[in-house]
Amino acid sequence: MSVALALPQLARRRYRLRRVLTEAGSVILGIVLLIWSLTPVYNMFLIALDPEEGEIEFDGNLWPAEPSLEGFRAVVTQEARYLEHFWHQFGNSLFIGLLTMVLTVLIGSLASFAVSRMRLSKGSLLTNAALLTYAIPASFLIFPYFRIMHSYGLSNNLWSVIAAQVTFATAFAILILQLYGSLVPFELDDAARVGGASAVEVYWRIYLRLMMPALAVVAIYALLLAWNDYLFAAVLLAVRNMTVAVTQGQLFSDTDAPWNAMMAAAIIYVLPPIALLFALRRHVLASLTIGGVKGYS
Amino acid sequence: MSSMQQVLAAGPPMSVKAPLQPPQRRHLRGSDFRWAIAFVLPYAAVFFVFVVYPFGYALWMASRPSLYADLIADRSYLPAVVNTLLFVGLGVNVKIFLALLLSGFFLLPRRWIKALLAVYILPWVIAAAQACVSFHWMLQQGGLVNGVLSALFGIDGPIWFNNRWLGVGANIAVYIWKWMPFWTVIFLAARLTLPRDVFDAAEVDGATGVRRFVHVTFPLLANVYLLCTLLSTLWAVGDFTTVYLVSGGGPAASTDVLATLGFHYAFDTARPALGVAAVLSALPVLIPVVILLMRRLQTSEVEL
Repeated sequence: MSVALALPQLARRRYRLRRVLTEAGSVILGIVLLIWSLTPVYNMFLIALDPEEGEIEFDGNLWPAEPSLEGFRAVVTQEARYLEHFWHQFGNSLFIGLLTMVLTVLIGSLASFAVSRMRLSKGSLLTNAALLTYAIPASFLIFPYFRIMHSYGLSNNLWSVIAAQVTFATAFAILILQLYGSLVPFELDDAARVGGASAVEVYWRIYLRLMMPALAVVAIYALLLAWNDYLFAAVLLAVRNMTVAVTQGQLFSDTDAPWNAMMAAAIIYVLPPIALLFALRRHVLASLTIGGVKGYS
Repeated sequence: MSSMQQVLAAGPPMSVKAPLQPPQRRHLRGSDFRWAIAFVLPYAAVFFVFVVYPFGYALWMASRPSLYADLIADRSYLPAVVNTLLFVGLGVNVKIFLALLLSGFFLLPRRWIKALLAVYILPWVIAAAQACVSFHWMLQQGGLVNGVLSALFGIDGPIWFNNRWLGVGANIAVYIWKWMPFWTVIFLAARLTLPRDVFDAAEVDGATGVRRFVHVTFPLLANVYLLCTLLSTLWAVGDFTTVYLVSGGGPAASTDVLATLGFHYAFDTARPALGVAAVLSALPVLIPVVILLMRRLQTSEVEL
């Protein structure tokens, strides 16, 4: 500041001008980002609030001419075509999400505990395996999965999707838990071991508690990965067993589909993760920043 | 910001290596060893049953050389290769670069910018399928985009999915929309870990604005930038949902990428081996990326 005061008048005015320009620029950028982020969301509401179903009748409308909640009603009562099983499919999404979450936390934490806390030798193999999984594009594995799930007797079974999700989520879990585990002191484990606690007790009483923040991150991540997945559920499940995420994509060939109801279903479907994420903002931001999340499936 | 985040976001130069690991490695006692094996077993099973075996299976499915001759002969294959290169090359690089710039914007100390960040990360939270379908209808004739074009500028918008390049462009734009927020937050975290005094010194030397970005910020973040680009490249090659639901590969399969073309071969024309071969043909490009990435990651984050 003192430098600015010492400057001659002209330079000071230029400095102030630059401040104003920077401020104006950031406001404009802010508005652009707002429009960029929200337009597709607005479009969801635009279509969902349209009263009629059938062909795309919103002919260049920028807002719904006669807004109506008919689309939402048809979804909730399962009257809309293609959405006869909406709540069943919603339940499937939830089932897959929750089981993926539980299994990922369990399998990931057990493996990570054995390697980093029990100091199993050749532990680096584990992180290498996780990294390798991380690096394989999901669309690569979908074809063999389709075949293999058949031979495992899991075709058109929710467990096939859970297995696929757990595969990718545990890779992430292990990387996170290994990383976080290295920041948590060993003294408690060692004291417990000297006091005669078994490996299982140390895992259950000490490790899980100390690792709680990282486990929360892993749990949210796994739940979201499964909830937002399209590819695996689309390929591995048949219509009635599908998750809500999948029903959206089935009907491109049908120009007469009830689009208001489909978009209402989409809005209902994306609300839980938004609510969850805003409730758990801090954990999620942590998960985001830990080395990059496998956000795709 | 927890220290954990900082370690990671900073990448190799600042990462903490084995901070709390006791120096001696005890030998596991018999019963402990058995327990440790039992604990690792579930993950090992998942890895072998759902990663190693399917991957081997994919290689086996696509091992017949004649498949690749079929691919080259197929009219849609070469366009799909070009589309994939465009989708990945443009999508990833534009996204990562803009994310880097925007992470600087979101660091500005204004309350409204913090609030904007919450809105800005919405695309990442919204399920890809739902977002892509919304985009698909937004770009249809009579959709929101053309409606806005005619209301603001009085022009009739194009029929977006009737033209290959508009379709490919739309796919790329949606891809950027969906994933840019995620990488912005990564860079945001990385920037927060940068040493303050370097910037103070730069300011004293008169490096501000663009010059500070080019000579101070970017060199400090270069490693994170590379990691993000590599990882993002792998995932973009595997991205199926965007293209499948936005342009749907149309018109006449001219906007397909390898992932959707492979899907089309395997499930619409019942030639699964050809589908695997189509996706697998990206492998020669992907393997160097994987190797580079694994080296980088191992020396930075995972060596604990």
